Amino acid sequence: MSEKTYKPGNYPDLPPPPGTVGVYGWIKQNLFSSISNSLLTIISVVLLYYLIDGIIGWFFLNAVFDAESKIACRKINDGACWAVITRRVGQFVYGFYPEAERWRIDITFLTMFIAFAPLLYPDIPKRKWLLYFSLFYPFFAFVLIMGGYFGLQKIEYSLFGGFMLTVILGVCGIVCSLPLGILLALGRQSNLTVVRTLSVCFIEFMRGVPLITLLFVASSMLNYFLPPGTNFSILVRVIIMFTFFSAAYIAEVIRGGIQAIPKGQYEAADALGMNYWQKTRFITLPQALKISIPGIVNTFIGLYKDTTLVVVIGLLDPLGIGRAALADTKWNGLSTETYLFVALFFFVSCFAMSRYSLWLENKLNTDKK
Amino acid sequence: MKTKMLLAGITAGVMFAGSVLASTLDDVRARGKLNCIINTGLAGFAAPDDKGNWTGFDVDFCKAVAAATLGDASKVNYTTATGKTRFTKLAAGEGEILSRNTTWTFSRDVDLSQTFIGVNYYDGQGFMVPKSLGVKSAKGLDGASVCIQTGTTTELNLAEYFKGNNIKYNPVPIETNAEAQELYKAGRCDVYTTDASGLYATMMSFDNPSDHMVLPEIVSKEPLGPVVRHGDDQWADIVSWVLRAMMAAEEKGITSKNVKELAAKDNKDKEINRLLGKDPLQGLSKLGLSPDWAVNVISQVGNYQESFEKHLFPLTIKRGMNALYRDGGLHYIPPIK
Repeated sequence: MSEKTYKPGNYPDLPPPPGTVGVYGWIKQNLFSSISNSLLTIISVVLLYYLIDGIIGWFFLNAVFDAESKIACRKINDGACWAVITRRVGQFVYGFYPEAERWRIDITFLTMFIAFAPLLYPDIPKRKWLLYFSLFYPFFAFVLIMGGYFGLQKIEYSLFGGFMLTVILGVCGIVCSLPLGILLALGRQSNLTVVRTLSVCFIEFMRGVPLITLLFVASSMLNYFLPPGTNFSILVRVIIMFTFFSAAYIAEVIRGGIQAIPKGQYEAADALGMNYWQKTRFITLPQALKISIPGIVNTFIGLYKDTTLVVVIGLLDPLGIGRAALADTKWNGLSTETYLFVALFFFVSCFAMSRYSLWLENKLNTDKK
Repeated sequence: MKTKMLLAGITAGVMFAGSVLASTLDDVRARGKLNCIINTGLAGFAAPDDKGNWTGFDVDFCKAVAAATLGDASKVNYTTATGKTRFTKLAAGEGEILSRNTTWTFSRDVDLSQTFIGVNYYDGQGFMVPKSLGVKSAKGLDGASVCIQTGTTTELNLAEYFKGNNIKYNPVPIETNAEAQELYKAGRCDVYTTDASGLYATMMSFDNPSDHMVLPEIVSKEPLGPVVRHGDDQWADIVSWVLRAMMAAEEKGITSKNVKELAAKDNKDKEINRLLGKDPLQGLSKLGLSPDWAVNVISQVGNYQESFEKHLFPLTIKRGMNALYRDGGLHYIPPIK
């Protein structure tokens, strides 16, 4: 064995001992570091194989993607019967909105991203012009969806359903509850007794009542107090309730943010001679909102998922459409497929929201690290 | 508090006064559409098809009333309601009819100020068992474990029935129908009990429906029927006679196929003539209906039998109590004269 000699200072970095790096090294270190670990690894792999084999088989390989009915599905193969989704995807997305008018929903949905872009991404080019569009967008969306103006066919609210209903309820609730929540949070901190008392009462009442109770109030009670024939659609009533409910939570989240701001900030603002609104706009809110982002998004995601509660008052959100599909004798019994599909939809939208909030947090993070 | 109550009272008073003044029929005609409150989804009774059109036994009745009053069975707006919201929706005027497998009881009829206009489906609590259990009657269920929804009338009915027949059983309490299906399929309980129509629907959701059976014993009375608001007798009469016309059509052998032909000729049975508008039917003008009202109903929706067979036969529901009186059932139709 020859030992190579080096001059002092010229000794090269030796490669790591064999078996500790690369794929082999990783496997050895993490999976087969001892006899018991090796055994566990082998057992897990075998279990995983059977599990994944079964899952992939059920989901894809043995699944039927289009058929007349559940019975026809079972005749073809014994995996998942996704035909209930493919045959009814229109219903899951648009509810009972007339097929010929569905382009209106598509346009509203696509333009929603344009309207939201300047609000969500401050660096977007031509932001000022886009903001005008955002301001105008609610009226545009309302007219397009409900119809009745400019020769558009009027659509009854009872035809609304599916993901479209979830998005309408969720987006309206979220968009309306944030400003209301901010106002309530400021109101609660106010020095004016009347404003403070009213805010506290509103927040405590809304937080103290279960959402489902508010929905029943919206669907049943309000009708008794309105004159007959008032066309105050259940959709609007439900959106108002959702807004109030989540505004109360948002208010508390933001109050937490406001209280986290060091007192020195206010004193500095006072010393500069700022009035209340200047102080709020330039000192309080920018800092308070930044701190509260995770809490706010948390509330929004909660609100978004809570929209499924409308099934109890007979509105057909995706869950309701799914149940109705299961009541069709053709598809009776395919509950796993239906519920998985609805779950996937909610996961995608909620995950997108939480990713956005993470991005925003990082962007606004001005703390020195 | 007192002022609030007073205010609520006045508002309610004004509301009811308003609803009495305008006749429901005029409202429907002015709108050109009938508002019908239906189930959010119940196999055989109300469910949307792949195209999004509501179909089912209860939905057919909405269509029949639309055909009678507007001449077109398709002119219906469907509003879905859950068990909890259905009565308030009807009371608040969100629909003219509640056609949602609603059990006719004293309190609902009297206390909630509603009018049950008849029974279109006699239901009752039944028992489902796997055929492999080898039981032919509920009397043979001694010692069985029974899946039962807690807090429902079915729980009480079950206890009363088994106690009355001296049968021991182990209740397996569950919360929802879906949970019951899973437990029953997994064999956690030998018997599942709920309304018979629900049992048939549950059975059809299984992969091998023929391995299960519904026992012949029905242990409670659940007469289901359409409901209208108190206060408009003309409307209640219209709705109830639409139901009777559908049943009378079955009795007289009038179907959607032959109704046009029978309406065109002079029949020996004068009741057919009166029903189909050939001979005058005294008082029809008071209902505000045109003479061809029943022809519209039968040609566009069908008679009771056709509707029943179309929607409930696929669930393997038999006519049983829902047959006409002459076939041993409970449907006995007052004469059309």
